[in-house]
Amino acid sequence: MTPADRFECLLRMGDSALVLAQRLSEWVGKGPVIEEDIALTNVGLDLIGQARMWLSYAGEVEGRGRDEDALAFRRDAHEFRNALLVEQPNGDYAETMARQFLFDHWHRLALKAMEGSRDERVAAIAAKSSKEVAYHVERSTDWVIRLGDGTDVSHRRMQAAIDGLWMFAGELFLPDAVDDAARDAGIGPDLAALAAPWRSAVGAALAEATLAVPTDDWAQRGGRQGRHTEHLGHLLTEMQFLQRAYPDAKW
Amino acid sequence: MAAANPNAGPDAAAPARGLADLSAIWRALAAIPDPEIPVVSIVDLGIVRSVAREDGGVVVRVTPTYSGCPATDWILAAIRDELASIGVSGARIEIQLAPAWTTDWVAADAKRRMREFGIAPPGCAIAGSASAVDVRGISPLRHPGVVVPCPRCGSARTRLTAQFGSTACKALYRCDECLEPFDYFKPH
Repeated sequence: MTPADRFECLLRMGDSALVLAQRLSEWVGKGPVIEEDIALTNVGLDLIGQARMWLSYAGEVEGRGRDEDALAFRRDAHEFRNALLVEQPNGDYAETMARQFLFDHWHRLALKAMEGSRDERVAAIAAKSSKEVAYHVERSTDWVIRLGDGTDVSHRRMQAAIDGLWMFAGELFLPDAVDDAARDAGIGPDLAALAAPWRSAVGAALAEATLAVPTDDWAQRGGRQGRHTEHLGHLLTEMQFLQRAYPDAKW
Repeated sequence: MAAANPNAGPDAAAPARGLADLSAIWRALAAIPDPEIPVVSIVDLGIVRSVAREDGGVVVRVTPTYSGCPATDWILAAIRDELASIGVSGARIEIQLAPAWTTDWVAADAKRRMREFGIAPPGCAIAGSASAVDVRGISPLRHPGVVVPCPRCGSARTRLTAQFGSTACKALYRCDECLEPFDYFKPH
């Protein structure tokens, strides 16, 4: 596996964690109740910690002197490699939790697979992240069930959220040449192989939530290759403002 | 507690040269409280993995609890200050990622102090499965019947109010017996 491919691979993990964390941070101070506000922030904090580990390593592999901050704050949208799913706007609480639920279940499986990576650093980051994500999965799954199997309004909204986000989940299981190289080198997960266990776990939770599994599996892809929805640019303008306006600012 | 930890006694091979011996360094580190739970030290929590003398200097290896824990930088600075105060300057402090931190490394005595402080310690919920991640205590919806006893009155009549409390490592509970809220330190 070339260093360039390894760099890409690490960006994909780091950017998805970072962008989702940024989305969750948008809820700070606006959560429906204080416990939810705190929980969203804590999940976001875990993801930022994970993003730092992935992006630091990516910068080292790239070897051009970029550290985690340079990668997070000095790249434009087309250089980001996060999945499209995580850049989707927060919407209502059902959409925020549905997005988290679809991602968490993939994240858990991907990290589990990467715990056995031949790259020791990847294995270590995955093992550490895995423990945190186990708790993320519990939380988002509980919410999908609570809202799905809740009132008429919460059921309708949660079903709409799952239906609306479904087309962005598919690309998580569609490998490209970089993923193939990572899989063949024993460094990254076999993405296609994660689809069945993901469908099984997600399907079981949706059933318990009295929600229907969407039938149209057409997947929008491109985020992991740098082709994003219009939402990412807006997210980055906020996330990167300070370092763009005052480069190298310290406090 | 795990491997290279503390009560190991003085390092016989420690050269004098003005450097404190390794057991003195362990004692100094054991005086640094966790910033969130002041009744336990960073050594009690198991995040100080090893103290060694390498290439003439001291190397302290630290494994953070959660990857996004905001206290990590504070802890690293506190280690540096504490070492300086016993005359160890220029120590190298390294972050060690693997093996990942686990609540299995929290000393039994520290768990007792946590309980006295009002925090239900990791592993108090499910006998025999204290080890590693056990999410059952935070999901009464899907894992009913798991009891996290109240650290104040010992009652089993408690319920979860939030899966994340004041920090990522804790969940928030309340006791229906003594009516006090309390933190539950999640098994990790």
